[in-house]
Amino acid sequence: MSKADAQQRSDAPRTATTPHTASVDREFAAPVTHDGLAIAAAGPLGPSGVDRPERLPGSGIGRQPVEASVPPASSGGRRRLVDRRWFRVVGGALIPVVLLITWQLVSTSGLVPVSMLPTPEMVWLAAVDLAERGLLGLYIAISTQRVFLGFAFGAALGLAFGAVVGLSKLGDILLSPTLGAVRAVPSLAWVPLLILWFGIAEDSKIILIAIGAFFPVYTIVAAALRHVDRQLLEAGRAFGLRGFALFTAVQLPAVVPSVISALRLALAQAWLFLVAAELIASSMGLGFLLVDSGNNGRIDRIFLAIIVLALLGKLTDSLVGLFERWAVKRWA
Amino acid sequence: MTPSSAGNEPTDPVVARAAGDVVTAAPISFHGVGRAFGTGDAARLVLRDIDLEVAAGEIVAILGPSGCGKSTLLRIAGGLDTPSDGVVAIDGTVVAPFDARSAVGFQEPRLLPWRTIAGNVALGLPRGTARGAGRTHVSRLLELVGLADFAGHRPREVSGGMAQRASLARALARNPAVLLLDEPFGALDALTRLKMQDLLLDVHAAEPTTVLLVTHDVDEALQLADRVILLGNDEDRPGARIQQTIVVPGTRPRDRGSAELAELRGRLLDGLGIDRHGAARGVPTTTTIPHYPY
Repeated sequence: MSKADAQQRSDAPRTATTPHTASVDREFAAPVTHDGLAIAAAGPLGPSGVDRPERLPGSGIGRQPVEASVPPASSGGRRRLVDRRWFRVVGGALIPVVLLITWQLVSTSGLVPVSMLPTPEMVWLAAVDLAERGLLGLYIAISTQRVFLGFAFGAALGLAFGAVVGLSKLGDILLSPTLGAVRAVPSLAWVPLLILWFGIAEDSKIILIAIGAFFPVYTIVAAALRHVDRQLLEAGRAFGLRGFALFTAVQLPAVVPSVISALRLALAQAWLFLVAAELIASSMGLGFLLVDSGNNGRIDRIFLAIIVLALLGKLTDSLVGLFERWAVKRWA
Repeated sequence: MTPSSAGNEPTDPVVARAAGDVVTAAPISFHGVGRAFGTGDAARLVLRDIDLEVAAGEIVAILGPSGCGKSTLLRIAGGLDTPSDGVVAIDGTVVAPFDARSAVGFQEPRLLPWRTIAGNVALGLPRGTARGAGRTHVSRLLELVGLADFAGHRPREVSGGMAQRASLARALARNPAVLLLDEPFGALDALTRLKMQDLLLDVHAAEPTTVLLVTHDVDEALQLADRVILLGNDEDRPGARIQQTIVVPGTRPRDRGSAELAELRGRLLDGLGIDRHGAARGVPTTTTIPHYPY
């Protein structure tokens, strides 16, 4: 290394007549005085690299190029407002609170009759009433159970089929036309058939929800696996990876983000299909509460069911978010 | 091997220590290798009649104009591609798909973004390496390429030159009998490239493996190689073949500014169809100040 340093040093004082030469000289004038290898760090920074903090092995500064490119003013210890936790919580709650206040004002002012828009208090009382009779908890429990079962079956099958179609050419040839045709059937078109085959008990609902959860996962996972960077795959193979080892080392980590977003989409679909299934034939659950309240003109309960669905959907989505954090840390 | 304290030793102690693993360099030979892409009328002949013997431990640079099939030849040597005609053999045995005896350093670093630098280097370890031994080997290699302090970083957190060094370390982790480098420093800036060339020479001095180096940089070829192979098409027919073989005089590390190399550079540039200008104007090339770095 030292020999090369000396070489460059001897080249350095060449007459710097053009601006280009001048910038080259400046560029390596600084690093040469440090560890010889440090100069390599200046590589991708290009001619503007002179202005950036030089990355030296062992020194804490400028470890990440991304950070190094941030102007020093904003990186000086104080976190920006949007990065603070309390600001996130308050910011996220802002619109719901405004909506609630507006709702309260509009419904109590008499502008809209309470038969069209119940007051928040009426909805709350309906919730308390149902909870006291043990129905609210039961409905939430049964609906959540249906969603989770259907989602679990659908997502698992979607992952399996997506993996087969995405990884194997033969699997793609054999399965994707058929699955594409099945996907083309509007999922609610299965309902009469499912009711005929499985009755109106749990099975038909869970199968419908599973169908709803299956396709987003299958489609996204198959496409993601098919589009894993070929260069990385080739590098993996060149270093002796094949089959399952190649899958866990290259393909799986590459598709983790896609799998997570597929699962999120599938979960949203699962709630959608839950309500569809329960609207059609059921004796309990949030969908049943909706249709039953609609028939009885209980608009407060309709509002209650919608709000509970929103909260449950957001809550389960947050659970997937937690899983995402873990999975990204573990795999990607 | 113990760290050498001899002052006249060409390699520094770190390099010498990393050579603890036994590397048996192997000869690689090409016999009548040709490669055509496509079939029937659409077939496009890229390489033909490549005959080349590379001795164990030799460094051979493959030069040629862009698109002449340099990388294809290297990929065939590594078992990443199969020749349409002829055979490539390492140590007398025909190269298998993704042959375990060779390691490839790609033009791009091709590091797995979700693995740390150390994890990426570990990917190159031969299958079945014991955990502890593998870890020691990886940390030695990281020290060798000057990335010991960046072992825990992700590829996106280091510079392009560092990523390329990690890629080189990954190829070395395989203890390859033949090291295949496909324009490994092509994407780096001129100065980093010089550093990397010296690093490669240090590594080769410590672990004298056979090296096939594809490059478009005439100076790089002359600085690194024992022999330079010039690939190119004949004017009347498709398919590149070896147009010139130049034995580079002297021992490494070579003086980047030597007049002898300048003359060879001129010859190679001629072979690549580049006008030397100096000679055309009647000015002897050897008296001009070396152009490098440009």
